[in-house]
Amino acid sequence: MTTKSPSCCHPERGRFPGGAKDLLLTLALIGAALIIVLLPSQGSAQGMPLFRWENFTTANGLPDNHVFCVLVDEKRVWAGTENGLALYENGTWKIFRPADGLAHQAVLSLAVDKGSGDVWAGTMGGLSRISAGRIDTFTQLNSGLSNDIVYGVGVQGDFVWTATAAGASRLNTRTGQWSLYNATNTPMYEIWTYSVSPAEDKVYYAVWGGGVLEYDQKTERWKDYNDPDGETEMVLMKDQGLIHEITTSVSYVDKILWVATYFGASRYDSRYWHNFLTKDSGLPSNFLSQIKGVDANRAWFSTDKGLAYYDGTNWAIYRPALDTHKPEMIVRNAEGEVKKISVDSAPAHNYILGVDLQGDDIWVATAKGLSHGIRQKKSVEVSKPFKK
Amino acid sequence: MIGGSHQRSFQALLKIIGFLAVALLALAARSAPRQTFAIPKERYLSPIEISVSPDGRLIYVVCQDSDEVRMIEAGSGKLLGSVQVGHLPRGIALASDGLRLYVTNASSDTVSVIDTATLRVVQTLSTGFEPAGVVLDSRRDILYVANRLSSDVSVIDLKSGQEIKRLVAGRGASYLALSPDGKSVYCTHIYPNPGAFRTEPNSEITVINTDTQQVAERKVLRNVAGVFHVAMSGDGKLGVVAQLRPKNLIPLAHVEHGWAFGDSLTLFGPDVGQTVQIPIDELDRYYALPWGVGITRDKSKIFLTAAGSESVTVIDVRRLLKTVGTRSKALVNDLSVSAEYVSSRIAVGRNPRGIAFSPDGTRLYVANRLDDTISVIDTAGEKAISTLDLGGPKNVDALRRGERLFYTAGFAFQGQFGCANCHLDATIDGLQWDLEPDGFGKDIVDNRSLENLAGTEPFKWNGGNPDMPTECGPRTEKFFFRSQSFNQQQLTDLVTFVYSLPYRPNRYRLPNGELTATQERGKAIFERTKSKNGQPIPEADQCAYCHSGPKYTNQKQVDVGTGKATDRAPVIDVPQLPNVAYSAPYLHDGSARSLEEIWTVFNPKDTHGVTNDLTKDELNDLIEYLKTL
Repeated sequence: MTTKSPSCCHPERGRFPGGAKDLLLTLALIGAALIIVLLPSQGSAQGMPLFRWENFTTANGLPDNHVFCVLVDEKRVWAGTENGLALYENGTWKIFRPADGLAHQAVLSLAVDKGSGDVWAGTMGGLSRISAGRIDTFTQLNSGLSNDIVYGVGVQGDFVWTATAAGASRLNTRTGQWSLYNATNTPMYEIWTYSVSPAEDKVYYAVWGGGVLEYDQKTERWKDYNDPDGETEMVLMKDQGLIHEITTSVSYVDKILWVATYFGASRYDSRYWHNFLTKDSGLPSNFLSQIKGVDANRAWFSTDKGLAYYDGTNWAIYRPALDTHKPEMIVRNAEGEVKKISVDSAPAHNYILGVDLQGDDIWVATAKGLSHGIRQKKSVEVSKPFKK
Repeated sequence: MIGGSHQRSFQALLKIIGFLAVALLALAARSAPRQTFAIPKERYLSPIEISVSPDGRLIYVVCQDSDEVRMIEAGSGKLLGSVQVGHLPRGIALASDGLRLYVTNASSDTVSVIDTATLRVVQTLSTGFEPAGVVLDSRRDILYVANRLSSDVSVIDLKSGQEIKRLVAGRGASYLALSPDGKSVYCTHIYPNPGAFRTEPNSEITVINTDTQQVAERKVLRNVAGVFHVAMSGDGKLGVVAQLRPKNLIPLAHVEHGWAFGDSLTLFGPDVGQTVQIPIDELDRYYALPWGVGITRDKSKIFLTAAGSESVTVIDVRRLLKTVGTRSKALVNDLSVSAEYVSSRIAVGRNPRGIAFSPDGTRLYVANRLDDTISVIDTAGEKAISTLDLGGPKNVDALRRGERLFYTAGFAFQGQFGCANCHLDATIDGLQWDLEPDGFGKDIVDNRSLENLAGTEPFKWNGGNPDMPTECGPRTEKFFFRSQSFNQQQLTDLVTFVYSLPYRPNRYRLPNGELTATQERGKAIFERTKSKNGQPIPEADQCAYCHSGPKYTNQKQVDVGTGKATDRAPVIDVPQLPNVAYSAPYLHDGSARSLEEIWTVFNPKDTHGVTNDLTKDELNDLIEYLKTL
């Protein structure tokens, strides 16, 4: 989006009657306008990010190669695996398992409370809070948590939101009160909630087979978004609404909702939907496990055929090649041209389950290890047509 | 002006009114003998914490029972002024420039900010549930407040007056200390952290990084429950924590072996490396309820109040560190060790609590809570040199006498413990005890709340004690204290005090007294007479049948299927429910760690109310209602 300063075109202002003061003001406004105009294209101008990938498996400290989720908390990196929660700090791994108080060894989701620094882990056996080494566990038996299978967790202020196999739960950490949301008090006709993305104004849920649910923090009302064509296996009305009912992940950032499904991805700006499919975007697969919005224009897509990045115009895919398994990077520009970039490293596996960002770096959970994408100074130029 | 004859007539009239009032009170007492909590109470001061002005001239005293802070002259003890604060003030912090006092109000969930120049409350800040300890990080204008009932620490921005975050602390978070460099806040807590049933209790020192305002570390205190004040040396290299080591996993019948409580300290910091626990007691004499603690500025001595033993213990730090450095094995259970570093025991007033040093370190002030006095100790000579009278009522009434009996350990064998060891600050201790001399692991009992007990008789987990005198009398003497216990007058006083303990404010009710929609739904479940399929619920299986009346108990004993094979009988006394949210764990033996577990784990056959037809939402509703009782 661009804006123009109204004063720059005003006929009276053109003569600078206020002298040097007005001249300075006008120059400042022009400068600000230029910055605003140039900002959206900055990502493209910088090119597509290039990474050197370092991979972690059981061979170098990870408790299990099946990594369901990853969370970056400044210098600390948490990995939820099939066999424990792993914390990477100062170059070493520390593992938490049920013997340490963790609810279950299979850790499906992670979130950090930025205020307290506490980390919340959703597992196959309840919800755990890891606070400076102490683990407190909440289950459907010892607390108000709706179900022990916690697919998603998110923190907003004093509230911890969870997406479980039996609806949504919200814990008020100040009072200890649990609020449950399911078919009885929301438009949730499926209660298999898969992911949650809470923010100050809205909370979004990906409901597996039930589309997207939106909770308005102010009005405390729920609203649902569904596939308008109602077809589960095909897209009849692209960009008319959510791409598919089987949603797996939501990411709400800069008032833009990004949605991952098993049949493509969606972007929603509170008015218009834009959907992404392999046939008309740079997505390597329509099967997505997670989506991570960077801002209103940029997002990362975790698919079963590689990690994809979209900068609002261009696409990049990072993966071991599906045939040779050699490191591969593919870029696609605004014209739909595609080219392969020669790279020396790639994420541990093409089946990507989740990502999180650490400054310019990225951490990637895959079905066969955890990968650290270390951003290189050089980037891949995509602004010019590839064929020329 | 009233003339002489008129004055006499007026006095006679007053006498008649007084007589009638007494007669009416007597009649009321006859018709409602259980209303002992209505006994008029003297307004004692009950000093609990102290702070000394930077110039050493003034002492600020938190007076718990009169809801005020008194300002006295340090040298003479002369009262210079006082200021009313919130209800049940509990903690105090003084800004380093001496201009502001911060006082926590436990029952008001607030901090009173006091301008020391005018001695007026200039601001009231909101906190978590039942605030206690407070420290000021003056570098950032941030106030840290330990909240006992919400078990967390409020981080309050003094510029905005807003609480900006809460940090999870140990259960019953109560006391705080700021490191000398201002980089860390240490928090202790009076109830143990939740753990598995019948395992050793653990506590923690919660270490908060003041740069990030996040918890940086939790130092685990093994086999510790009941942790009180924490203090740091001036060089920041030695930390000390006053604590109890309860021996609740073995029958209390072994008091003569010292198997009830260990009064001890935990040391931490670079001077000792890892945390080290050390005993305070001697082989044949105990110093019960270690509570207030401080280290002299030159780090030569530690002063420690024993709230149950009317004394202050003085520890020589150099000898202490030598003992700690030369012993390779754990020494906390070796009571002979204390002789190596305890240099003296100083007798002070009743129930000594908070302490504060004069700025030059030559004097230590001790708040004698149940005497309304301050003991002044010469730190070099290790002697009490004077007692400052704060000006409380001179009459010692039955309630005060009873309270003194409740808090003293003087009646137990070798002074090992008193009522207040288990009923910390007249509440609970979060522990389950093996009280009976019937063998290991039999008849395990959870510690019950003492709030507003009139009308909840009989007592004991199985209702075996018909009244409070039986509960507190010969039984205590025979099974607990193992020594000659209270005489009849003392027992009456003690019972009077116990019956006077009020409810703490319920934080789950709306201010207007109405129920939320969730709580209303829970109430309907609590009072329902039919299950969800329309079948009538037998009267005895309805929640509101057993949990009936003003205290939510029908005062009967029933088998609800929660008895254990180790219990002598499955019949359990129906407990009262008011403020049930505060007293986890639950069931007679504390085997249910949360309210939810009462029904999700321990009610498989619907014998403790019909609950298995409830959805998770409905069970949550029921629990939210129970919290309001």
